[in-house]
Amino acid sequence: MSDDIYREIILDHYRNPRNKGKLPDADVSIHDSNPLCGDEIDIHLKVDGDKIKDIRFEGRGCAISQASASMLTEMVAGKPLTSVKDLNKNDILESIGLMNLGPARIKCALLSLKVLKLGMVKYYAERDPASAKKLQEDSKGL
Amino acid sequence: MMQKGALNVEKIRMDFPILKRKVSGGKQLVYLDNAATTQKPLAVIDAIRDYYMNYNSNIHRAVHQLAEEATIAFESTREKVAKFINAKSTEEIIFTRNATEALNLVAYSWGRANVKKDDKIVITEIEHHSNIVPWQILTTEKGAKLEYIGVDDNGYLKMHEYKGHLDSNKVKLVSVSHMSNVLGTIVPVSDIIKMSHEKGIPVLIDGAQSVPHMAVDVQKMNCDFMAFSAHKMLGPTGVGILYVRRDILEKMPPFMGGGDMIKEVHKYETRYNDLPYRFEGGTPNIADVIGFGAAIDYLNNLGMDKVREHEMELTWYAIDRISRVKGVTLYGPRNMNDRGGVVSFNIGDIHPHDLATIMNDHGVAIRSGHHCAQVLMERLDVAATSRASFYIYNTKQEIDTFIGALEEARRLFKI
Repeated sequence: MSDDIYREIILDHYRNPRNKGKLPDADVSIHDSNPLCGDEIDIHLKVDGDKIKDIRFEGRGCAISQASASMLTEMVAGKPLTSVKDLNKNDILESIGLMNLGPARIKCALLSLKVLKLGMVKYYAERDPASAKKLQEDSKGL
Repeated sequence: MMQKGALNVEKIRMDFPILKRKVSGGKQLVYLDNAATTQKPLAVIDAIRDYYMNYNSNIHRAVHQLAEEATIAFESTREKVAKFINAKSTEEIIFTRNATEALNLVAYSWGRANVKKDDKIVITEIEHHSNIVPWQILTTEKGAKLEYIGVDDNGYLKMHEYKGHLDSNKVKLVSVSHMSNVLGTIVPVSDIIKMSHEKGIPVLIDGAQSVPHMAVDVQKMNCDFMAFSAHKMLGPTGVGILYVRRDILEKMPPFMGGGDMIKEVHKYETRYNDLPYRFEGGTPNIADVIGFGAAIDYLNNLGMDKVREHEMELTWYAIDRISRVKGVTLYGPRNMNDRGGVVSFNIGDIHPHDLATIMNDHGVAIRSGHHCAQVLMERLDVAATSRASFYIYNTKQEIDTFIGALEEARRLFKI
């Protein structure tokens, strides 16, 4: 099973993360951690209209949490910010190719999506509280 | 294969049904997470079952036969505990839920009555969160200060810092672990207590990692308080012990009000019960305290010196083998006399959680993370470590399996 998890693509994103770093003049930044593992993720967004113009992440933690954050940034860059609400568990697990993660490790894989969704809600909460509330409802159930 | 060593491990393993378990699709379980909790022998499981099957009833009150039997069994564990740590009397032994509650009992009862503004409480950088957070709460509430004894790069406490704190003449309490749950460091508690007592300052020892693994004598050590947990020494979860020297305990205000801790209750006043019952409000965890009695019997039959000898042998073997694996960083003292059966390490850039996942595929249960010691993690400048910890039933063959899994992780991560 470890052979399935720690494939080349995961190790590649772990060791050479895409879109990693700070984002000066980000429109929204958000942080969360996984108390169980101590994985930490910060996501910074620059938004143009409703498009994600730029995205960066910072973080430390296990290969699964960091590789999925890296892949997630590639997945959503240039997409409408509101489309983040439609992303779910399976989208992440499919993209990192790990459909059979156990309950403990699945939290590692989903941490970055959780942070991104929080960022989306925070962005709209500061600009359009009514739609932020709806987005929050819609993006439940991670 | 016969194991030549301090303990007859082959025989011991037969008493632990769980060790026969297969995990991760048929792999033999190798349980190396004993610093978190140990497995339970049949004798403990049977004692709990026997209580519920044959004499379940509440203690200390009713006069019927079942209550009498339960009370005798419950109180006999208190006697066993007192003897195990060589307390002067059973009145100094208080049952709590766990070591955490025992530490909090001292903070809430003794601490609130004795710690004032600008006083200092001294702890160390190796403490478990349970010996940090209660003191943060207390010092914040009182406007007092929390001071740390630092740890050096080899895992030893910086005793000159301790002396500096004591010389400030503001210290009200010193609270230190007897053994680090991450580094394995065995702290020179006798020296710490001696220095503290010269200034008239009481010392609390967190014995959660030491009492299960070596002979501990509270009178010889001369500590004022000691906390530890049953579940880390073959006993059930839900039982902790607080030892308090009698002259201190007599002056401590009650912790939790309720049944069993009282003599008389009137509308606006209460006469509290005798020691130690004054500190045991409400129905206690009767079944598990009785189970803990069986655990102490089991350890006494082996002999705590033999337990320590066995663990030193395993730890020595494990450190020797791990340190030969490419890319490994080991934490804690290298002198075996100064450390217990806990080995923390990192390997290359493999995060401990990834390593634990790979280990799990081989049936090997280790702990990964911050081990409830984030202050120490910051000091070591690591986010997390992997930890293997040993007990009476572990073997060198199991350590070989663990090393095999470690090599496999190294291969997968191309280190």
